[in-house]
Amino acid sequence: MSIPLGHYLILSGILFAIGLCGALTRKNAIIVLIAIEVMFNAGILNLIAFWHYKQFAALTAQMFAIFAISIAAAESAVGLALVIAIYRHYRSVDVDEMKSLKG
Amino acid sequence: MEQLQHLAAQQWLIPFFPLLAAAIQSLLKREQRKLSAGLAIGALSLSCFVALRAFWGTMDGGHGGEHHEVERAIWNFTWLKYGYNGSLDIGFILDPLTAGMAAMVTFVGLMIFINATGYMAEDENFTRFFCFMSLFAAAMLGLVVANNLLLFFICWELVGLCSYLLIGFWFFKPSAAAAMKKAFITTRIGDIGFFLGILTLYWQTGTLNLYDHGRGALEQADKLAQIGGWWIFSMAGLIAVLLFFGAMGKSAQFPLHVWLPDAMEGPTPVSALIHAATMVAAGVFMVGRMFPLFTAGAVEGGSTPALDFVMWIGCFTAVFSATIAVGQFDIKRVLAYSTCSQLGYMVMALGAGGLVAGQFHLLTHAFFKALLFLGAGSVIIGTHHEQDMRKMGGLRKYMPITFACYMVGMLALSGVPPFAGFFSKDEVLLVTYHRSKLAWGLATFAAFLTAFYMTRQICMVFFGKWRGGEREGEHEKEHEAKHEHEQEKEHEKQHEEDGHGHGDHEPHEIPWNMWMPIAVLSVFAVVLGFFGTPFIGGNLFHRYVAPGEYMPEGGTGTVMVLSIAVGALGILFGCLIYGRKPMEHADEPDPLAKPLGGLFTCLNRKWYIDELYEATIIRLTMACGVLFRLIDELVIDGILHTIVWLTRAISQFFRWVGDEFFINGGFDTACDSVRDSGGLLSRLQNGRVQNYFRVLSIGAAVLLVIYFLKLNQ
Repeated sequence: MSIPLGHYLILSGILFAIGLCGALTRKNAIIVLIAIEVMFNAGILNLIAFWHYKQFAALTAQMFAIFAISIAAAESAVGLALVIAIYRHYRSVDVDEMKSLKG
Repeated sequence: MEQLQHLAAQQWLIPFFPLLAAAIQSLLKREQRKLSAGLAIGALSLSCFVALRAFWGTMDGGHGGEHHEVERAIWNFTWLKYGYNGSLDIGFILDPLTAGMAAMVTFVGLMIFINATGYMAEDENFTRFFCFMSLFAAAMLGLVVANNLLLFFICWELVGLCSYLLIGFWFFKPSAAAAMKKAFITTRIGDIGFFLGILTLYWQTGTLNLYDHGRGALEQADKLAQIGGWWIFSMAGLIAVLLFFGAMGKSAQFPLHVWLPDAMEGPTPVSALIHAATMVAAGVFMVGRMFPLFTAGAVEGGSTPALDFVMWIGCFTAVFSATIAVGQFDIKRVLAYSTCSQLGYMVMALGAGGLVAGQFHLLTHAFFKALLFLGAGSVIIGTHHEQDMRKMGGLRKYMPITFACYMVGMLALSGVPPFAGFFSKDEVLLVTYHRSKLAWGLATFAAFLTAFYMTRQICMVFFGKWRGGEREGEHEKEHEAKHEHEQEKEHEKQHEEDGHGHGDHEPHEIPWNMWMPIAVLSVFAVVLGFFGTPFIGGNLFHRYVAPGEYMPEGGTGTVMVLSIAVGALGILFGCLIYGRKPMEHADEPDPLAKPLGGLFTCLNRKWYIDELYEATIIRLTMACGVLFRLIDELVIDGILHTIVWLTRAISQFFRWVGDEFFINGGFDTACDSVRDSGGLLSRLQNGRVQNYFRVLSIGAAVLLVIYFLKLNQ
């Protein structure tokens, strides 16, 4: 048990930051989707780390993690489907071009 | 007494009928002539009936003789309430004075109305004429039955208004238009005094009711006489004199007599109504009605300053107007000045303390003066609208009925026994004799003049030969010479108006509906005097009007003999000068013109009173008018224009600075800012998902930082 909880959290923070950066800066919609997946995983890592170090008797955190992973899978499937639909419409997956919500 | 009370409560009916008739007539169309005349006559007949019933009632109340109180019934009601306990009353009265007067006004008025249907038959405004006449009668009757100065004043002014309307009935004639204004303004000058008198009376007594069971104004007259008024007058005397100014205007006393002769411009029935039954009678009646105020403070049969003032004004007017009448040529003007003079008699009698004498002369005079005026009207109609006596003559042969009636009127006016005028005039002279020998002498001289000018008139109009034929020739010549469009029109109009089918220009007798009333009046002119003779039953009229009132004793014989003598003398002189050698031509000078010289011109020009007024009062008024106009234009208009200019400048300033700059500018700026900020904010919504996400992240980061900072505290 040489690795302290803080390290996990820092790793998780770094992952989240990387994901955030990707989501905010990249133009390709698929890359943005991948970056969001990264941020997801940072959250799941946090969940598991806390569960491990605080030793809660229940399996709640594990269950949450599994749920989150499965939902993320479903979400990315939906996201990819959307991206494909967008691509069919715009002939591009550049997020900057998708601004028909402009006020 | 109870029956009298019952009758008093019906007094309002007397003026009500003609008033109602006038209201209906004012809505009639011009063509409904018969209906209009019928309404007027019918309404006045009803009034006459009510008035006669009331008259009978008051005579009944006399209990056949020995009572010393005047039977008087009143009927007051509150008309208007104001303040906490203030109120204005209106009331009607029934006493011998009112009853006699109302009976006279309705009866004489009725005769005049009937005559007017003939006189005005050709006038296109027949309907309007009778409407005014009804209103006139209503106003006069209202005045007679009023027991309240407020009602009295309202009716008084209505009488003035109606005289204005009727004198100017032919308002297309400039002279008539001028006369109507003159009558209205002159009487109005007197009315100022009248109104001041009413106000003073109200101020002193707090009531306008004349009789009110001890609380009325006249019943407090003795109390008022104790209060000092002004100069030699007590408070009662002051009020009386102020009120008398109104009577001077209405009854044409010197110096406010000038309107009366000019009032001849109206149709002749109007002249008859004004000069006999209504307008001029109103003034004398008013003095009679207010008599307690005039006599207040006097010992039995004594005089007061107010009474002396009244007497001398009357005396002067009587002589003054009689002299003018001698120098006139217009048939109606002679009668007008004669009216003036006779009114002077009545006023003088009242001033001498003879309430009964004044009122009796008023009544008899109303009958024979109405008779004379209607007679003059017939002459005018008969001679195709000729009023100049020099162009008449010999009418005795052409108009016998008119002549007979006119003779009766003339004899009555001249004071020949046993006609009505003799007895009433005799009584006037008698009361004056007991008060002042000088006034009596002057009045006797006036009686001589009266007989003289009436004889002159009779001689010029009815005797001699017909001189009217010359007039036509003259007119024709005038026409050819001048060819003035207007005159021609007037002439044509006159012809249309005459239009009673006369090819020749001979005078003709009048139709029956005109001579019938005249005949009735002449009967009264004969018999009426007997009610006031000292011979039969000790003067019935006196006992009726004012039982127990002071009546001077003695002197009857002297006065009567002298008055008969001067009357006879006047007629004799008249016959000698005018009757013996009648005028041959219309343009011949008056026989008196040569011996009297300048004096006659003076008489003919009415002592230049009109010219005097023109030169003094009217010029002064005009100058004041010009001055005030200048003040108006320079000062008031100047101030006004400055204010206007300032206001405009200020508003202009506010328009530029306040409105356009601040308000408009402010709103514009505010709107622009809102629009700009909207544009600015809308830029945030650029539709880029990443952008939203970025903002979201930054927000979350900021919240996180705040959270940690809080946690570390």
